[in-house]
Amino acid sequence: MSRRELQDWIVRIADVARSYGLDFFETRFEVVSYETMNELAAYSGFPGRYPHWRFGMEYERLEKSYAYGLHRIYEMVVNNDPSYAYLMEDNRLVDNKMVIAHVYAHVDFFKNNQWFAPTNRKAMDEMANHGARIRRYIEEFGLETVEGFIDRCLSLENLLDYYAPYVVRRRVETRPTEVEPAEQRRAIEGMRFKTKKYLEPYVNPEDQVAEEGRQAEARIVEEKKYPVAERDVLGFLASHAPIPRWQKNILSMIREEAIYFAPQRMTKIMNEGWATYWHSRMMTEKLLDDTEVLDFADHHSRTVAKHPGQLNPYALGLALLRDVKERWDQGRFGKEYDDCNNLAERESWDRHLGLGMQKLFEIRRIYNDVMFLDEFLTPEFVERQKLFTWKEDDRGTARIDTRQFNEVKQSLLNQLTNLGDPVITLEDDNHANRKELYLVHRFDGTPLRRDWAVECLKNLALIWTRPVHLETLVDGKKRVFSSDGDTISEATA
Amino acid sequence: MFDEDVIQSIGKDQARFRRIVRGLIKQDLRKYMSKGEMIGKKGDQIISIPVPQIDLPRFTLGSGKEGVGQGDGDPGDALGQGKEGEGGAGQAGETPGQHAVEVEVTIEELASILGEALELPRIQPKGRDTLEGMKVKFTGIHRVGPQSLRHFRRTFKQALKRTIASGMYNAADPIIIPVREDFRYRSWKVEPLPRANAVAIYMMDVSGSMGDEQKELVRMTSFWLDAWLKAHYKGIAVRYITHDAEAREVDENTFYHSRESGGTMISSAYKLCAEMLKKDYPEGDWNVYAFHFSDGDNWSSDDTAEALEIVKSKILPRSNQFAYGQVESPYGSGQFLKEIQGSLASDERVAWAEIKGRDTVLDAIRAFLGKGR
Repeated sequence: MSRRELQDWIVRIADVARSYGLDFFETRFEVVSYETMNELAAYSGFPGRYPHWRFGMEYERLEKSYAYGLHRIYEMVVNNDPSYAYLMEDNRLVDNKMVIAHVYAHVDFFKNNQWFAPTNRKAMDEMANHGARIRRYIEEFGLETVEGFIDRCLSLENLLDYYAPYVVRRRVETRPTEVEPAEQRRAIEGMRFKTKKYLEPYVNPEDQVAEEGRQAEARIVEEKKYPVAERDVLGFLASHAPIPRWQKNILSMIREEAIYFAPQRMTKIMNEGWATYWHSRMMTEKLLDDTEVLDFADHHSRTVAKHPGQLNPYALGLALLRDVKERWDQGRFGKEYDDCNNLAERESWDRHLGLGMQKLFEIRRIYNDVMFLDEFLTPEFVERQKLFTWKEDDRGTARIDTRQFNEVKQSLLNQLTNLGDPVITLEDDNHANRKELYLVHRFDGTPLRRDWAVECLKNLALIWTRPVHLETLVDGKKRVFSSDGDTISEATA
Repeated sequence: MFDEDVIQSIGKDQARFRRIVRGLIKQDLRKYMSKGEMIGKKGDQIISIPVPQIDLPRFTLGSGKEGVGQGDGDPGDALGQGKEGEGGAGQAGETPGQHAVEVEVTIEELASILGEALELPRIQPKGRDTLEGMKVKFTGIHRVGPQSLRHFRRTFKQALKRTIASGMYNAADPIIIPVREDFRYRSWKVEPLPRANAVAIYMMDVSGSMGDEQKELVRMTSFWLDAWLKAHYKGIAVRYITHDAEAREVDENTFYHSRESGGTMISSAYKLCAEMLKKDYPEGDWNVYAFHFSDGDNWSSDDTAEALEIVKSKILPRSNQFAYGQVESPYGSGQFLKEIQGSLASDERVAWAEIKGRDTVLDAIRAFLGKGR
């Protein structure tokens, strides 16, 4: 396969993709060796990212699994305008054709899906800038110092408001003016009605006054708290932590990168499903040569292979998109269909609406994984796709738990909500009036991984430079973990 | 377009990662050393070591105990071992299960980690001409140097840069004339090439009282001794002697696996060792390391006296070090160690250690190698 030949295919496949209505950024393909592919993969596709040991670790892992034949990266594409995609030079032409088709669909998704709308389309430059700045900090402050700080930030990387780019949150930047202790006292004293001395016990009964005083005090404390529960803890730290400017900059960079990558995690199933749907259609309808059919079938079937106990986003996304297309083509939706109780009629339901394709394009424009599954997962689909939930028994063996539609759906949505991360909010930045942070984990049934949570809390305290607290549930009871960056203590709330 | 840059930076990140791993191995060296599996490899071979806890912590849900899957089976059925799919498949619903990272290190590297962890002094080889060779290595670029070492390409590049920067460059007439500041020269470094002759002689008591566990301890200890010595002497010769009431030279495999019964005469091994030294390593510039492992039981006090005499008069004068490791066994009296301590303790070429179990291998090594001889 010469580069020339590949170049021709890139142009031709772009035309085919356009003829199907795909609309993508200009896409630059780079043909690279497998070493470079692994290197780029370690950097998530961005050459010139900031130096960090975890990229080296990832590279070793990729290199090893490639060497042992466990893993081969076929495709990598970067959400950018122009988009960049990498092809491996020693892949067969048929593999690369499939990858190119797949890539164009991804780029179409990047460009048109609303969840990607706020992403930085000059990420390539942005990441390189981050790299340059962090390299400069390393020169100035030393590798270990900078790296240690990056490690700390990364461990808090998911304390983010993933939906912030899409909505305007009510954010009261001005705090209510601090109430002076003297004023507080007056407010509490003010609870007494003026009266004659001998009526005092009747008009202002002692216990009543004391109770109202307590309430007033509680109100004052309440008002002093951070007005809105803040989910963007990283952003809060970047603007308010008492740390040097270079540390604030690193914090912001890491936050920006996490925000940039979030939509890809948010739409993994749809995005892979979409790309797989299109490579499959383009290959089988337009691009395959007779001699390539078997190789393509082999490669495609490995892409959508299912493994027990795991979900393959390529397979699930593809199957659900195809299901939706069929349902909208045949009109299996809406009140009439839903109300139909005649099984035979439902089976053979076909209104010849032909709305499937339109629906798919609508989905790719508006939805993310959570919405997609929430809306389009049907009991029939779950049954046909043999989805189930599993649980580990006491001995740690994973066993199939149930195939009940509601539970499967609930479990899937749980995994995807907030990208599978715990929801942790900053409730108070002046806890106990001591400039301590108070965070609350919104418990939804699954406890935090404790050893890690404790480490992260220490990191948070080190960045904030004052003690921090995290409230969560352990074995159904409310617990507060506190750290001053060095030690950890645990108390009942 | 950017291949070169990428390669450079991944190299650095990888090196950094390896340094961190190295630190972790060092922290837990005792644990790794008390594991037998890594032993049995030789030379520059690569060992895989599982290093836990290198992942960055983050706030995650601590489950991994439930999820959604796809496939056949009835409720209650156990799932087969899932395999990582291709092309990044299996991300969305996969179990986050904990994995230790397997890292690969060479034995040579392991030896240097050992040296750092135990703060072992580097061995000072003896012998008249330990610095036998000098090696010239071209290592960098200098601004001054002889014309014969002028680096044409770098010089040209420098001149080109200057010409362009100063606006004198004319694409139609691209003549580049280097001036004095443009010249670049290859520079070199002279590296000493130490060439010291060395031999390590391992002796082991294989009499009935030395069981499998005792031999395993010897094997573990000598593995690390070997690794350390090899890091200092290229092409070190290694000889093995086993003995019960009689000594014989054996190959490595036999050394660790043979099992004899019967009595113990330590002098027989020392005698053979002394002969070996006299015959094969006659010159004074050999760095000789003799290690003897036994459970401390000897046949008679006469033999003990004889053995000690041989060490004193024939082995020590030729050796950098004579080390005795006493492996604890249910049968051994441990008497021999006391004798050595009694009569040879004043000689600083003598080292000894009691190896009571896997955990003390590290201490034995420190005792043996801590003198830097």
